[in-house]
Amino acid sequence: MEILKPAIAGTLESSDAQVTVEPGTDGIELELSSSVMNQYGRQIRATVLETLERLGVTAAHVIVVDKGALDCTLKARVECAVFRSCDQSEENIPWGGAVR
Amino acid sequence: MKNAVGRDIPDSLLKDGKEVYQGKNYMDGKYIQKATPRTRRYERPRESKLVDSIAQALRDCGARSGMTFSFHHHLRDGDHVVNLVMKAAIEELGLCDLTIAASSLGAAHDPIADYIEEGKVIGIQTSGIRGRMGEVVSAGKLKTPAVIRSHGGRPRAIEAGEVHIDIAFVAAPTSDCVGNCRGVGGKSNCGSMGYAMTDAKYADHVVVVTDCLVDFPNMPASVEAIDVDAVVVVDSIGDPRKIASAAARISQNPRDLMMAENVAKVIAATPWFKEGFSFQTGVGGPSLAANLFLEQYMDQRDIKMGWAIGGICGPMVEMLKKGKVGKVIDVQDFDLDAVNSIHQTPGHYEMSASQYANPANKGAFVNKLDFVVLAALEIDTGFNVNVLTGSDGVLRGAPGGHPDTAAGSKCCIIVTPLTRGRMATVCEHVVTVTTPGDCVDVLVTDYGIAVNPLRPDLIECLDKAGIPHVAIEALKDKAYSLVGRPDDLEWEDRVVAVLEARDGTILDVVRKIKPYTMD
Repeated sequence: MEILKPAIAGTLESSDAQVTVEPGTDGIELELSSSVMNQYGRQIRATVLETLERLGVTAAHVIVVDKGALDCTLKARVECAVFRSCDQSEENIPWGGAVR
Repeated sequence: MKNAVGRDIPDSLLKDGKEVYQGKNYMDGKYIQKATPRTRRYERPRESKLVDSIAQALRDCGARSGMTFSFHHHLRDGDHVVNLVMKAAIEELGLCDLTIAASSLGAAHDPIADYIEEGKVIGIQTSGIRGRMGEVVSAGKLKTPAVIRSHGGRPRAIEAGEVHIDIAFVAAPTSDCVGNCRGVGGKSNCGSMGYAMTDAKYADHVVVVTDCLVDFPNMPASVEAIDVDAVVVVDSIGDPRKIASAAARISQNPRDLMMAENVAKVIAATPWFKEGFSFQTGVGGPSLAANLFLEQYMDQRDIKMGWAIGGICGPMVEMLKKGKVGKVIDVQDFDLDAVNSIHQTPGHYEMSASQYANPANKGAFVNKLDFVVLAALEIDTGFNVNVLTGSDGVLRGAPGGHPDTAAGSKCCIIVTPLTRGRMATVCEHVVTVTTPGDCVDVLVTDYGIAVNPLRPDLIECLDKAGIPHVAIEALKDKAYSLVGRPDDLEWEDRVVAVLEARDGTILDVVRKIKPYTMD
């Protein structure tokens, strides 16, 4: 999936995460900050990267501001931001496909 | 050396007779030599002890670099006195190498962080440490490790001379011209002044700072003129809006209410829930709501509470006024209802921190306590509780009376949700042990109840009452299944804070946190 334009999903509420994706040129460039960085930083990074890989995103600038979101929330916010960035959020969401 | 809660205490801290934590009641029966202050005689009759400024009071008391100044925290987040005094000492008198020994410090004291960074303040002894001060101490910028004590451990340490107070500062809502102080009757009322009392008796010098001078004699005094060297009148000792919050409201959150109901159920299932029982509760959501459900059980069984202690808030005052509790004994007031009740409502008394919780005296109230309901930031599978350090290892809390009431009471109940955001409240190892697991009896969470295996009597009570409970490991597993297993925090060797058990042994240390890396 190709990131066509900047898009954002999620909020800065506690237990949520705000994910911004922007078009990138070479690979995934991830900026991560989290209120639970010391205990979950590596797990959050792994979840975000796995989700991007599952969606077939290979080039993007991704900014995650995490406020203690669970893994399921992180995945949903990344998926939503990616779909919004390529105008797929209104239709064509691959339910049962890339979105499981 | 490893202590009784499995924490490794650096040998360098074990000098001058300092020991590691050995378990509850280890010091029982031992003798202590109490310290005696060196105080000045005021033999010649004086009309007044009023001086013009804090700086003048400091000079009159012989303030110099390297001294220890003490403070009490009844003005809470509204306190102006710590900052006023430290500013005068450092910026007007040019003092340095100072130690602050406070009953607690909070958000109001952010400016002190600058003095720590400048090396003017080199020691902190406190129960609570938060905000910017917590951050700079955690970053290793304080010259000596901060010493964190419980509200009972503090008067113990002062009486034993482990903390020698050169000058005690009493923030007094009212005072007369010779230093009889009260927590009521002024414009910045705080109610009880319990934490200041031991300071006034054991400090070499005592300075009263007030914003409401009243006629002599200001009676009955919480801190007495016989211990006071000087009285300073300032514009404001604190912001009344932040001293006491509006009445603490009982939570409407269904999760809190469910936990509170289970707390009351557990209490009602024990043999100590009978006419005249004693009780302390925190003011957190579920802890405070437990009052409500407990009252229902009291009505059902037609029993009354004998007495309640602690930090006092409106709902407890309400029960006193309704005659459902016989006496309320008060070391600190959390809201205006409590401030306006102390010394007014019959049966609402003031007590000192030593009388409240000191393990080394001969009759602290906590030792007669049947039940205490407390919150926790974290609790581990050994029932050890952390109320001091956050999940990032930074100091941002206070043991307060938690370890004292847990150790003294017959039944200590911790009530906390299983997770907060992504943080597992029930975990394998707490970041810092502030209350040792041998003092904690029951854990009530939104996902179930666990009883400390050290208390087979309580397990039997719950079984008889048909209250389901599980092993604490099962709660930990449930928490990790929801939020994932956290990585262990990574520390440097540098100790930034020493956590003293209430008996004076070392319970844990807080080290400097390593900068986090993704690899």
